[in-house]
Amino acid sequence: MSTQPIIISASPHVHSDRTSKKLMYDVVIALIPAFLVSLYVFGIRAFIVTAVAIISCLLFEYLIQKYLMKTKVTIGDGSALLTGILLAFNLPSGLPIWMIVIGSLVAIGIAKLSFGGLGFNIFNPALVGRVFLLVSFPVQMTMWPTAVENNTTIADAVTGATPLGVIKEGLMFGDTMSTIATKIPSTVELFLGLTGGSIGEMSALALLIGGVYLIVRKVITWHIPITMLVTMAVMTGIFWMVNPEQYANPLIHILSGGALLGAFFMATDLVTSPVTKKGMIVFAIGIAVITVVIRLFGAYPEGVSFAILIMNAFVPLINTYFKPRRFGSKIKSKIV
Amino acid sequence: MLKTFPKGGIHPPENKITAEKRIRRMTVPKVVYVPIAQHIGIPSEIIVEKKDKVEIGQVIAKSGGFVSSNIHSPVAGIVTKLDMIIDTSGYKKQCIVIRTDVKNESNFEEKDYPLKSQIDMAPKAILQRISDFGIVGLGGATFPSHVKLNVKEGVKLDCLLINGVECEPYLTADHRLMLEKADEIVVGIKILLVALNINKAIIGIENNKKDAIKLFKELTKNESNIQVAALQVKYPQGGEKQLVKAILGREVPKNGLPLDVGVIVHNVGTIFAIYEAVQYNKPLTERVVTVTGKKLENPSNFWVKIGTPITDLVTEVGGLPEGTRKLVNGGPMMGKAIKNTDVPVTKGTSGILVISEEEASRGEAKNCIRCGECVFVCPMGLEPHLLMNLTEKGFYEKASNEDIMTCIECGSCSYVCPSHRPLLDYIRFGKNIVKKLQTAKN
Repeated sequence: MSTQPIIISASPHVHSDRTSKKLMYDVVIALIPAFLVSLYVFGIRAFIVTAVAIISCLLFEYLIQKYLMKTKVTIGDGSALLTGILLAFNLPSGLPIWMIVIGSLVAIGIAKLSFGGLGFNIFNPALVGRVFLLVSFPVQMTMWPTAVENNTTIADAVTGATPLGVIKEGLMFGDTMSTIATKIPSTVELFLGLTGGSIGEMSALALLIGGVYLIVRKVITWHIPITMLVTMAVMTGIFWMVNPEQYANPLIHILSGGALLGAFFMATDLVTSPVTKKGMIVFAIGIAVITVVIRLFGAYPEGVSFAILIMNAFVPLINTYFKPRRFGSKIKSKIV
Repeated sequence: MLKTFPKGGIHPPENKITAEKRIRRMTVPKVVYVPIAQHIGIPSEIIVEKKDKVEIGQVIAKSGGFVSSNIHSPVAGIVTKLDMIIDTSGYKKQCIVIRTDVKNESNFEEKDYPLKSQIDMAPKAILQRISDFGIVGLGGATFPSHVKLNVKEGVKLDCLLINGVECEPYLTADHRLMLEKADEIVVGIKILLVALNINKAIIGIENNKKDAIKLFKELTKNESNIQVAALQVKYPQGGEKQLVKAILGREVPKNGLPLDVGVIVHNVGTIFAIYEAVQYNKPLTERVVTVTGKKLENPSNFWVKIGTPITDLVTEVGGLPEGTRKLVNGGPMMGKAIKNTDVPVTKGTSGILVISEEEASRGEAKNCIRCGECVFVCPMGLEPHLLMNLTEKGFYEKASNEDIMTCIECGSCSYVCPSHRPLLDYIRFGKNIVKKLQTAKN
């Protein structure tokens, strides 16, 4: 007989090897391709922004948990790390460092820890940080260094607007899509990510690779990203077919403006998305509709961040009304 | 496409390490401890006294009501004590202690009777026999079989399902029994078809037991009323409601029984016990037990007399290995942890699982990250994270409205939770309180 006592506990006596930490690190791995593209496109600036965001998120979580909340420090769970990466991915690479630090403080301090920490936050912390910066520093947040191949200098790069920004501006001044089309990157360039924009949002290809990895690893299901992208494509497609000179085609909408980053990595954030598959579909449709409305009729050229945050607020409601069907609640089968 | 139930379920590592091991007959123990509460329902009433001489198969405790069962002496010997001992439930229960008479040859007879396929009994007599001979569900639930088979006048019944799923990891008792007693099981099925006066039986077997599927397909080739359904490997397919849904596509209504959709489900072990009772007048005094665990020297399947101390079984497989941290009566998903090996085997003991340090420790419970995994895997369409939350906060009424009582306690939610939250622990607790509140209300 062993010297250690026999444990008595209720069943089940085995556990799958999934842990929330592994889930977080899987997301981090899925973001690597997009990060590599941004390093290629923006050079060292992309690295600096990401590093600053990660370090400040971890540091704020540590400081707040240790000295303010006086609870257990949980910076090892991968969640703050992920928030840092996602925040950085939603920022322009030329953003001043002190702004990144403020964004991190808002993300971790206000959006996450003031709600009670991991699992209790209603809004996606990285997006709250990003939107806070966007409304506070609109100029710096919309200055996009253009893609310079093999850019390794820290010097100010040439800045330009994002494809969707160009389209919005052009349409406001009465240009038609066919004239604007010459000013924006081609669909292929958008797909590969050789364009201006936030650090992580540019390369559709890299984001798709990451997204497929997440689905294969069962970190997320297809419900949110696919529903969101399909709804966006259908909505923008209808407008485009009605008037191709006034509205950009669906492909541009999906490949730019952070739609893919949002669909695969931001909207699918486990904590702030619904828990049922039916709910996820409703949630994703909501995001797509709000995004398209903002993009086509609102003042902002992009709208994914706002759309996700707005739908985040509806998640408790969605969870209440879209429940899984209880086994045996409606009897379809009859005795034959 | 293999059949399965549509919603939820998991596939834990199967670990059926004893699948190839023939069932061995366990040495008759010197002393047996027979608890009087081995089944669901009212405990049996003891009808022997200290120092009584008992024969093998003699009734020593009689059924205490309708939902109850007779208990028979597993050995010939002398009642030495009527005592309170801790049984597999962890509580002290009344128990009959019998010292085996080593001189009595009936204790050591080899019990492998030849196949007897002629059914001579009338339906009523068969049902009476099942009731008298203490047959209970051997899949683990130990529900008295005669109660299940008691179909009231006017209730429509058209199909008998035989549960050969054995979806619990590690356990191979049913698998071995199906391989070694296949002919007898087929006769047992026919006996029940006669008793129930129906002509359709389907044996459900998961696809990780291809040999058993093949064997039964072969045996029932010419039987027009017995079919074999090969099922996808998925836990908890052995649950009655999931099995009915998987094989027949019929959904047992909430708080209902399979009989509500015209089905009765019986485990293969129960079918074999019924065969022996009807054809050979043998009451339920022994069963197949899988004694298993990754670190065991010689994990095996045994024919064990009810009342045999688990210590004897563990000794037989080479003793408890160094570093044993958990002993489970049953499988790893739904079995009960027991404190030591002093407890006896009862009618519901399908396996003894010995778990080592690495497997036994539970991860530290972290915050719920609302990943929804528990919702996806729940075969009953419940929201375990919500039920735990409501129970934790004491909202029992709400938990009841969220159908907490329909939980089948399969443990899939706790199994998958990446934050290691004790979901099922709380749900069980909540169910208990809701049940008490409901009783108080009525």
